[in-house]
Amino acid sequence: MPSFGARAGDTTSSRSVFHLWQGFSIGAFIIGAIVLALLAWALVRYRRKGDAIPVQSQYHIPLELTYTILPILIVFGLFAATLVVENKEVANPATNVTINVNAFQWGWKFSYPGSNAVVVGQTTQDPVMVMPVDTNVHINLTSTDVVHGFYVKAFNFSRYALPGIVNQFTFRAVNTGTFFGQCTQLCGLYHSLMFFKVKVVSASDYATWLASFPSASAASAALNAQSGQSATYVPTKVTNSSGVK
Amino acid sequence: MTDVLERPHVEEPEHHGHDAHHGPSGLLKWLTTTDHKIIGLSYTVTSVLMLVIGGAFAELIRAQLASPNGTLVSFAQYNELFTMHGSVMIYLFAGPFAFGGLANIIVPIQIGAPDMAFPRLNALSYWLYLTGSITMLLGFFTAGGAANFGWVAYAPLSNSINTPGAGADLWIGGLLLTGFSAIFTGVNLVATIFYLRAPGMTMFRMPIFTWNMLVTAILILLAFPVLTAGLIMLYADRHFGTHIFSVAGGGVPVLWQHIFWFWGHPEVYILALPFFGMATEIFAVFSRKPVFGYKGMVFATISIAALSLGVWAHHMFTTGVVLLPFFSIMSLLIAVPTGIKIFNWIGTMWRGQVWFSSAMLMAIGFLVTFLIGGLTGIYLASPPLDFFTHDTYFVVAHFHSVVMALVFAGMGGLYYWGPKVTGYLLNERLGKIQFWFLFIGTQVFTLPMYLLGLRGMPRRMAVYPHDPQWKFLNDIASLGAVLIGISTIIFVVNLVVSWKKYPAGDNPWDAQTLEWFTTSPPPHHNFYRLPVIRSERPTWDHNHPEHHALAHGKADR
Repeated sequence: MPSFGARAGDTTSSRSVFHLWQGFSIGAFIIGAIVLALLAWALVRYRRKGDAIPVQSQYHIPLELTYTILPILIVFGLFAATLVVENKEVANPATNVTINVNAFQWGWKFSYPGSNAVVVGQTTQDPVMVMPVDTNVHINLTSTDVVHGFYVKAFNFSRYALPGIVNQFTFRAVNTGTFFGQCTQLCGLYHSLMFFKVKVVSASDYATWLASFPSASAASAALNAQSGQSATYVPTKVTNSSGVK
Repeated sequence: MTDVLERPHVEEPEHHGHDAHHGPSGLLKWLTTTDHKIIGLSYTVTSVLMLVIGGAFAELIRAQLASPNGTLVSFAQYNELFTMHGSVMIYLFAGPFAFGGLANIIVPIQIGAPDMAFPRLNALSYWLYLTGSITMLLGFFTAGGAANFGWVAYAPLSNSINTPGAGADLWIGGLLLTGFSAIFTGVNLVATIFYLRAPGMTMFRMPIFTWNMLVTAILILLAFPVLTAGLIMLYADRHFGTHIFSVAGGGVPVLWQHIFWFWGHPEVYILALPFFGMATEIFAVFSRKPVFGYKGMVFATISIAALSLGVWAHHMFTTGVVLLPFFSIMSLLIAVPTGIKIFNWIGTMWRGQVWFSSAMLMAIGFLVTFLIGGLTGIYLASPPLDFFTHDTYFVVAHFHSVVMALVFAGMGGLYYWGPKVTGYLLNERLGKIQFWFLFIGTQVFTLPMYLLGLRGMPRRMAVYPHDPQWKFLNDIASLGAVLIGISTIIFVVNLVVSWKKYPAGDNPWDAQTLEWFTTSPPPHHNFYRLPVIRSERPTWDHNHPEHHALAHGKADR
């Protein structure tokens, strides 16, 4: 089946989203093709050939009913498919891996409750959210200032980070790798540079990574420094963003 | 319908000097007029000027995106540019052009009324609109620049801490003024359509354009006061120390999004329905047939309006606070009446005599572009697909397909009704050249943006240093934007070239509705005499008495 420009993605629910995308696309292309064909036929076949006045037909009730009822049926089909995928995607199964994601102008803080791990980075520092593969990872997403958008393209998913509200959702990555993410909701001056990365690693690598963080006191001392200049893990800048003000 | 042609029943008193005795001329006339045609023309000219200004902002945006690390404008200027591009196009062009401009001119004539019900209120509407437009644009001349929080002004980015400065306040003030202008025009249209119809012009004999304007006006009355209230709350938060949208003071930022979109989604149809009406009239006239499924069309319009009041949260699926399937099914259902309209438009052309005038080409361009925008809108009604594409260029492409479709219909409206207002036709050859630039430009502009969205490019990005490979698709989109710009220049050239050159006569298109019965331009109170009104196309009945519309179920030969 063609992908219609999308990708299957690297989490379980991103694959369901992808299949839903394919289903919608097939419907859209078929309906679009039918309408364009009818239009093309009308324009070519019934182009003006003289001054004769055509038959002034105005109603055809059976036909009108057909193109009212059929779309309603199609719409309910699409809705049913939507419900199945949505229920799967917004489910929050129990898990023991939780990451608190905090968005701020203009960066991200990823903290791991139950451990000392905290990752903070702003603008082009591209903080990395590390998470284990084949595990339900529970995300608590919030913002300290304005509305941000937490968007991971490879997961076919985005969610707003809202001040005063904790949004909860679950990822279950099926592939390891490093995936790109960024803020999608306009949040002020440096919105264009509010990047992050998601690094999906094996469970053992994840445990090793968690254990590599300093003691609780050192971590908390670093916490108040949201400037990204703290002793916490700040990844090296990967991107060449020269020329960017 | 057996009645044969009868000469008009409505007697017009002697009309010598009817136009002459109406007071001042020139600038003073323009400043003091309450004539709906002059006010409507002012609206049209002002809003087309706004289209050009908003278009210039768009070209700058495209130029900035020509390089992954574009330095044409600063980040701050870029935020101002897209904010004001969206604001100008939506608040100052699309709506005022439709319900202040063409509807103001055409609706009273279409129903055989001498003017709007409240002519002075109508004049006030225009002056509020003009003042509001200037107010909003004045932001560029303040120290901090124009508003820069996006045309949706999401709280708390739009509060006084994150967006200090007068530009934002001028944006709020300008929007309040134009909002009131819209409300007053809504009141005026409803009153005019309910109370000033000519004898014989029953509700189900009103042309589709008038029907759509009635429904639009009712939507304005339901939706715009909500925006006004929201703007006042936002202003109070900024200046009077309230905390309606701030967490720190116990407020709820998402409330702004609810208020904004409770206005904002009906607004989509407040913008779209008038243009649907324009296209409907054009399809019928240039196919030389009645509107196919006229009553179905009316009910489809009413359904769209009713549904549009219950779908606002589909703009907010990714907030995570409104995942109710209700909003998904309501949004999906709008596809049904919209589909009915599309099939009715094709049905109107079916077995007709399709005349490819500039107006008809524009209407066909509307149909094709709107089809693309409509089909991609269906995806966005599904929350999982919305999570995937929200705030990416997919959404940008979707609504640009929709609003560019409206530009097509609006241009069609200008080519179709312009001669009625001015008495002169536009150059058809230039009109067709303009159409092809606009049509190819629009598709070249929007289609790459769908792909950019699917590849993950978020909207409102001044730079994209991580993904320089997006440059290629961006460049194609920019090429499309240039073609659209050229089409606009051709239109302006056409206005100049055709200036008082091709006299139109009363009814150059063999059109069907009442406005084509009177002179071009119409006299001060629109009619010297009226034809018998026994259907929604009295002029056609008058000119072609033997070709009345076929009754139910007799469409098949």
